[in-house]
Amino acid sequence: MIELNINGRAMTLDADPSTPLLWALRDNLGLTGTKFGCGVAACGACTVHVDGQPRRACITPISSVAGARITTIEAIETDRIGRVVQDAWVRNDVVQCGYCQSGQVMAATALLRDKKNPSDRDIDEAMTGILCRCGTYARVRAAIKDAAKSLT
Amino acid sequence: MHRLLTEAGSDIIESLSTERARRLSRRDFLKATGMAGGGLMLAIGLPGDGGFGGQLAQAQQAADQVPYPPAAFVRIGTDDSVTVLINKLEFGQGVFTSMAMLVAEDLDCNWSKVRAQHAPAAQVYAHPGFGIQMTGGSMSIASSWRQYRAIGASARLMLIQAAAKEWGVSAERIDTRAGTVIELGGQRRRASYGSLAEAAMKLPAPARAGIKADAKDFEIIGKPTRRLDSREKVNGSAEFGIDKKLPGLRVAVVARPPVFGGRAAKVDPEKAKAIKGVVAVLPVQVDRGGTGVAVIADGYWPAKQARDLLAIEWTLPVGVTTTEQLAQYRQLAQQPGLPARRDGDANAVAAAARRIDAEFTFPYLAHAAMEPLNCVVDLKADRMTIWCGSQFQTVDQVLAATAAGLKPEQVDLVTTFAGGGFGRRANPASDYVVEAVRVAGEMKKAGINAPVKVIWSREDDMKGGYYRPLHVHRVSVGLDEKGIPSAWQHVIVGQSIIKGTAFEKHMVKDGVDATMTEGIADTPYRLPNMQVSVHHPEVGVPVLWWRSVGHTHTAFVMETLIDEMAAAAKQDPIAYRLALLDNKHARHRAVLALVREKSDWSRPAPKGRGRGVAVHESFGSVCAHVVEASVEDKRIRVHRVTSAIDCGTAVNPLTIEAQVQSAMVYGLSAALYGKITLAGGRVEQGNFTDYPLLRIDEMPQMSVHIVPSTAAPTGVGEPGTPPIAPAVANAVAAATGKRLRNLPFDLNA
Repeated sequence: MIELNINGRAMTLDADPSTPLLWALRDNLGLTGTKFGCGVAACGACTVHVDGQPRRACITPISSVAGARITTIEAIETDRIGRVVQDAWVRNDVVQCGYCQSGQVMAATALLRDKKNPSDRDIDEAMTGILCRCGTYARVRAAIKDAAKSLT
Repeated sequence: MHRLLTEAGSDIIESLSTERARRLSRRDFLKATGMAGGGLMLAIGLPGDGGFGGQLAQAQQAADQVPYPPAAFVRIGTDDSVTVLINKLEFGQGVFTSMAMLVAEDLDCNWSKVRAQHAPAAQVYAHPGFGIQMTGGSMSIASSWRQYRAIGASARLMLIQAAAKEWGVSAERIDTRAGTVIELGGQRRRASYGSLAEAAMKLPAPARAGIKADAKDFEIIGKPTRRLDSREKVNGSAEFGIDKKLPGLRVAVVARPPVFGGRAAKVDPEKAKAIKGVVAVLPVQVDRGGTGVAVIADGYWPAKQARDLLAIEWTLPVGVTTTEQLAQYRQLAQQPGLPARRDGDANAVAAAARRIDAEFTFPYLAHAAMEPLNCVVDLKADRMTIWCGSQFQTVDQVLAATAAGLKPEQVDLVTTFAGGGFGRRANPASDYVVEAVRVAGEMKKAGINAPVKVIWSREDDMKGGYYRPLHVHRVSVGLDEKGIPSAWQHVIVGQSIIKGTAFEKHMVKDGVDATMTEGIADTPYRLPNMQVSVHHPEVGVPVLWWRSVGHTHTAFVMETLIDEMAAAAKQDPIAYRLALLDNKHARHRAVLALVREKSDWSRPAPKGRGRGVAVHESFGSVCAHVVEASVEDKRIRVHRVTSAIDCGTAVNPLTIEAQVQSAMVYGLSAALYGKITLAGGRVEQGNFTDYPLLRIDEMPQMSVHIVPSTAAPTGVGEPGTPPIAPAVANAVAAATGKRLRNLPFDLNA
């Protein structure tokens, strides 16, 4: 049994401690907003926050995050910055297929928490790990800058 | 999927059913899919002329002839909400929004009340031109342009008629305004659409309801309109196939043969079965006559762990090694093949004042959509439900039924969002759907009565075949003293995508797969003495259409050669192109003029950068890119891309900008990195670590410009892909003098 704190709720999981957080979220807890893209931390679709920091859930064993504060896309709208990022995404019409966008929103939220007014370089650094096969990158960048403006 | 010269989908459906195990008559199928008696089967059988224009005309004519029942496409709630059923797959290209806009325009409803959802799989939702339900060929808007607007117009007329009946006045005395029916004069009564909808939808659909004739009257079409599916895609609630939840759902991961067509000869499941959560280990028939092993578990992680612990002895066919294959292709390219175009004198090249001889190579490419392949199947004794992000509902439904020993009418296919597709989810063999049905069948045999979700790992997906084929082009161009082309000899070698599929009858002519010569044999440039021929070797690697299909390679060959010819003629690359384009190619000329203006073409490129252009017509649209690129440490950096497109009426400019950018990025990933290779039949790449995609820090500055037009809309999803790789190559040539002819680009070669 492993105790996890997910989106502010304590949850007990009967799963192998080596199970990646991604699959615990998706299969055990029904939180399918966090996406499976590569399984090797190469695409960022599975990005969640662990104690406020972006983490790739696909290579994070649940045993390593027991007791930590885990936030997923399903709860990011309760975060002030997360909500602003989501609104900026909608306003800038960022999404296409949408599959990578949970990861994009989570990574952008973490970036803006860290840096109120990120430069292009900051955006490159924070977002380069999140692949988008639809190529929404130009609007991702525009939306992050738009969100930064809303936050000041 | 374009170039399907349709005599209606019934042909395709028939060949699917006859070629595959089960015999199913067309009549059965029509009955099965619930359209018999509805008069909706489009037995149009028009003489198919080639190309997008012919198909478009056909689709539009069909849409005009057939009264589509508005009730099947629009649901108006008592809360005035308008839900439009979309007969395509929403996989990023924006059809939920742009197709809903078409209905809303002629329905005259309040846009803020409009929603969209996927239509179920049924014949009424078939493509008006092709007769099967499908998404592809960049045709969603083009083929729905009149159909969806007529549906909106019919529904509006029915609302007016319902009001006329209720108020006891003539319909002529009633008009509408943004979701409200209004009595003109008299008592000046008003009623909301929502209050009239129930009565209206019971009325017979009008035989003909006029759509707005003049673009000046458009209130929604042409306005930059934000997507209807944004919020659910930024809060995690959008449901993709892989997210499907059902009571008792099991997850399966399949061990597939490491060489296509291989068979599992001996399986030791003991270690796999020891993994907690594993329910069963079952043999399963897989694609291309192979056999594999399915691990059924209560989640992906146990299933995947167990699958990787299976000890399997495989019996494998002799597999392909791409380096050897390439050498054979090069040999083949020395000889002419099956003629695709034969104009004038073949030997004119030998007599030319100057000549350019060039060989081009293109690798296999994986679609690599972000959502790995998956499919959910709930198989009951006499009924089956399938959930997947299908680009090919009719084909998937028929082949799934065949695999389950059911009739198509016993199969409900639910289309979910798909995390990309790019052609991979429109497979004439329905590989991933059929396999999932077989897994469900094996479970049933083993006494496991539960729905199952088959999930492919990224590696499974990337190694699973159905690639853009590998190609070699060999071209000899003859030029006169002024550098004007006098002869063109061209041999293309590559597997046919279409041969052996249900589409062969429509898309292969005299042995030539039309998807391999598109963009060359029908070039707009004035190229006398042109001969194009093809070889279609049979190779044991499954191939498929990949965003923009044959144009992915033909545009590169044509547009880099034209650039080289312009250089030989010492002419400006845009001026040279214009000189080879007749006035009838006004759209090409307009696109080139627009991109020239917006890219600062007439000013010198910034220091250290080369500038290159390419223009190409595909899917009915003409798109050009101007690229600024530099080379540092043998690495290409693309700094800026200026794009222009003529896609007819711009239904949603926001979508068009997004799709041109998207198609450009897709093509740029392929040009810089994309390569699938095989050694002894085994695919050597498996994940984004060895099949890299473009990342945000490599993005050029982009701007997209649309040529104003009131013509019927043409394709948008794909036309941005073909011209990007040649524009980059031309920019690199401008910067370094080096001509790149092998994809992906390798400056160390």
